Order: sequence, then structure tokens, then C-alpha cells
Amino acid sequence: MSFSDRDLPGDGTITALFRCGACDREMAMLTNPMETQLVTSLGVEIGGRTVPEQPLQQTRSRLDTPRDDAFADEEASSGGDEGSTSVIPAPEHEFVRIRVTWSPEATDRLGGVPKFVRGMVKRIYTDYAQEKQIEIITPDVMDRARTELGLEGM
Amino acid sequence: MTEPTSDSGKPLRKRSTTRARTVRGYADLTGEVESRIVEQIGEQHARLASRLSEVGAIIVVASGKGGVGKSAVTANLAVALAARGARVGAVDADLNGPSLGKMLGLLGSPLEDRPDGIVPAVGVAGVRGISTDLLIEEGVPLRWKGPGHDQFVWQGVTEAVALREFISDVVWGPIDYLIIDIPPGTDKIGRFLDLVSEVGPSHLQPDQVLLVTIPSEVAGAVVARSATQLLEGGVPCIGLIGNMAGYTKPGEDDLLPLFTGPSAGEIADAVGLELWSEIPFDPVLSSRTDRGDPVGAEGDSIVAQVFTDLARRVEHGPGGREEKK
Repeated sequence: MSFSDRDLPGDGTITALFRCGACDREMAMLTNPMETQLVTSLGVEIGGRTVPEQPLQQTRSRLDTPRDDAFADEEASSGGDEGSTSVIPAPEHEFVRIRVTWSPEATDRLGGVPKFVRGMVKRIYTDYAQEKQIEIITPDVMDRARTELGLEGM
Repeated sequence: MTEPTSDSGKPLRKRSTTRARTVRGYADLTGEVESRIVEQIGEQHARLASRLSEVGAIIVVASGKGGVGKSAVTANLAVALAARGARVGAVDADLNGPSLGKMLGLLGSPLEDRPDGIVPAVGVAGVRGISTDLLIEEGVPLRWKGPGHDQFVWQGVTEAVALREFISDVVWGPIDYLIIDIPPGTDKIGRFLDLVSEVGPSHLQPDQVLLVTIPSEVAGAVVARSATQLLEGGVPCIGLIGNMAGYTKPGEDDLLPLFTGPSAGEIADAVGLELWSEIPFDPVLSSRTDRGDPVGAEGDSIVAQVFTDLARRVEHGPGGREEKK
């Protein structure tokens, strides 16, 4: 059995899917919300980290009543439409950097993200696009990234 | 007494020992481990170590007891050190009762979100700081997203991670002192020691710890517990600060008692610590600190002189600017 996929059903649990290489059978392990929360609280990514951890990621993504004016304007601080650099690039995720742009629809959708985490979320999507070598971020790319990176709770 | 045996006559104890030896820990797993949890934790430690490598000295202000004025001591010491030319950062580790944002004049200075970290707010005398004051809405308690029940299971871990991020994810730059204001509770002191001790091969420790007390038997007893915690943790440099040590009448220098309990000197003797400073109660110090304008070393008041002397003491202590010359 080897790890195959992870899913977040939305009730605070994590589903980890394992597949047998010989017979292709699958087995799912479902964690309860408290265990999930405990592991998530460590600031680690179940199934492996796909993009580098962002500054204050745990704190910012977990605060329930954040200040909207805590951070300076994200457009000024996140480098416009250009792909941002990684915090600490993991050696196994080295790739050729490309210019990543945002479609107007994706930019509109990003505008709906609370300002408190917008800069961080933008960088996560941009890093995802860099890793997948996607030049234009569209709402469809954002949907894929949300599923693959487990951003549903963010 | 004979050793218990199984049906086959083999000693049970020996069998169980043999089985225990075959159980591997997570860190022993070989082959492909998709989550790479150990590596992820290792990266977190590396980030913390990298950030702390730019810090000249870690100064911890703690007590164990609440209401003794730790944050006011932190704010005034930070400003006094900065006024003497030091580059100072301050971390408000009191996530649930933050006050440094206000005391250091950090509020209203937005944080900058950069790929290499969060640029901290800059307050009075150029002191850089981070506090939950800056991150959560005014007038609401700190609340974390998560299951609404049994929060005790994960809340402590979440707050330990938040504190780690406050240190590792903030672009402090090269600074002379990072002052950490530890909340009440001896457990909080232990949590911080755990946090920093795992980041490097040399088991990092705070360079100096200032334990704050007031002239009270109860406060002294709690501070004694904190001192034990620190000494057991191997912290080599601990100084006692006697806050609210007394008051002076206008125009007079004599320090009159404010409390009837043992003096800071007596507590220091009882606990076995060196008394570094006695800070008299001064309403001006209190009101100025509360409105984000700490006195620090400014002026010629008694408290300004006390904080000047304390800053000088820190400078000559382990990791201090003068000690390094």
C-alpha cells in the first residue's frame, strides 16, 4: 500500500487514500476532526508539502477574527502579477521560473479573499502555477490548486 | 521469586523486550514517506535557527505571576536599549493578553507581507515588534478556527506554532536584542525554552532572563517556581527585577513601601537569584507606557535612571553589545 491521495470532506476531517501497487485496491483512512486539528496545528502538511510554507501561514490561516488593516496593501507588497519567489525553496521542487500572470476573472476572484491573507494566498497560487509551469492563472487553475493543495480550510 | 513463563516455558519478560526492540519510531521509517513530517518539522526548525542567527542576544522577560508589570518592563527596557543605539526587536508572546502593540506604539503601522517574511511594525525609538494586537480585531479575544469542542486538545499546539512563527517568520534583520515578553504561567516559560532549544545542534538558550516580581509573598513564591524551571532548563543568566518596589513623595528621594510583603532583595535572597534592578512605582511611567510612549531612559527621573542602569546591565551581560566588544 502506498499513499495515493488526500481529501478534505469539509467537516474538519482528512481522508487519506492508500493504493495497493499489486492489485490496485484502495483503502481510505478517515481521521476525526480533533486529530486532524492537532496535526494541522503543528504546521505540517499531510501528504507532503507541495508549495513552500508562507510567512505566518499557520497564524494567519487560523485566526478567527483577523484585522482587515493588519497588512499593507498586498498589490504593493506581493510584486504585482509576477510570480513571487519562494520563502525557502525545497530542493525537490526546483524548476525553471516562468512569468505567471493572472486572468481578469482570477484577479476578481482573488479580490474576494480577505485582505488579511490575500497576499499569502496569491503567493501560494503563484507558486503552484510556477511548479506546474502554468503561465496564466484562471479560476479553473485556482480550483485545481485548492483541491490539490488542500486550501479549502483557508 | 520465579520469572513468569509462557506455555512454551520461555520467559515472558524476555519476549516482550525483544518485541519492543522491533518497534520503529516515525523517524526510523525508510522508503517513501509521502508526508515527510519529520522533514517539514526540520524545515521549521531550520527557519527559526536561520532567523535567530541574526539576533545578537535573546532577552526573556518573564515572571510566572500575572500583573507584576512584565510588559511595562519589556517596553521600557526595549526603548532604553534603543535609545543607547541598539537595534531592538520585541515579541509579545502573550498571545491571549497582548499589550506590546499599544505600549510600544506599534498599532497603526501595518505589517508588510514579503516572500522572505513579515516586515515587523516599527514603534517608539525604532523598536520593531510583533504582537497579536496587530493581527486581531480590537475588543475581541484571540480565537482560532477549528472544531468548537475540546479545543484544549489542539489550542496549546496552535499557540506554540504561532509563537514560533512570530520569531521565525518575521524579518527582524540583524538586531542586537530580541526581547521576548512571556505571559504568566511557569508552563509558558517551559514552552519557550522548548521552542528555542530544538533549533540547533548547540541547544540554544535565552542569553539573559529577567524575572519580574513585586514585593509580595505570593509573587515571590511563583517567581521561585519560575526560577526552578529556568535553572532546570539550564538557563545560565537570570536576574531578578523588583517592580513596584515602593514610591517617592514629590521632591524626595526616599523610597517608601507600597506593599507590606518581602522586598525584592529578600525575594532574591530566598530564591537564590541576583537582584538586578528595583523599579519604584511611578504614575508617569505607568500612564506614558499605557499610551505607547514608554519613558525608557528619557529624562532625569528615578525610573529613567533605573532603566538606564538596567539597559547598561543587559549590555554588559551575556550576548550584550558591550560584552561582545
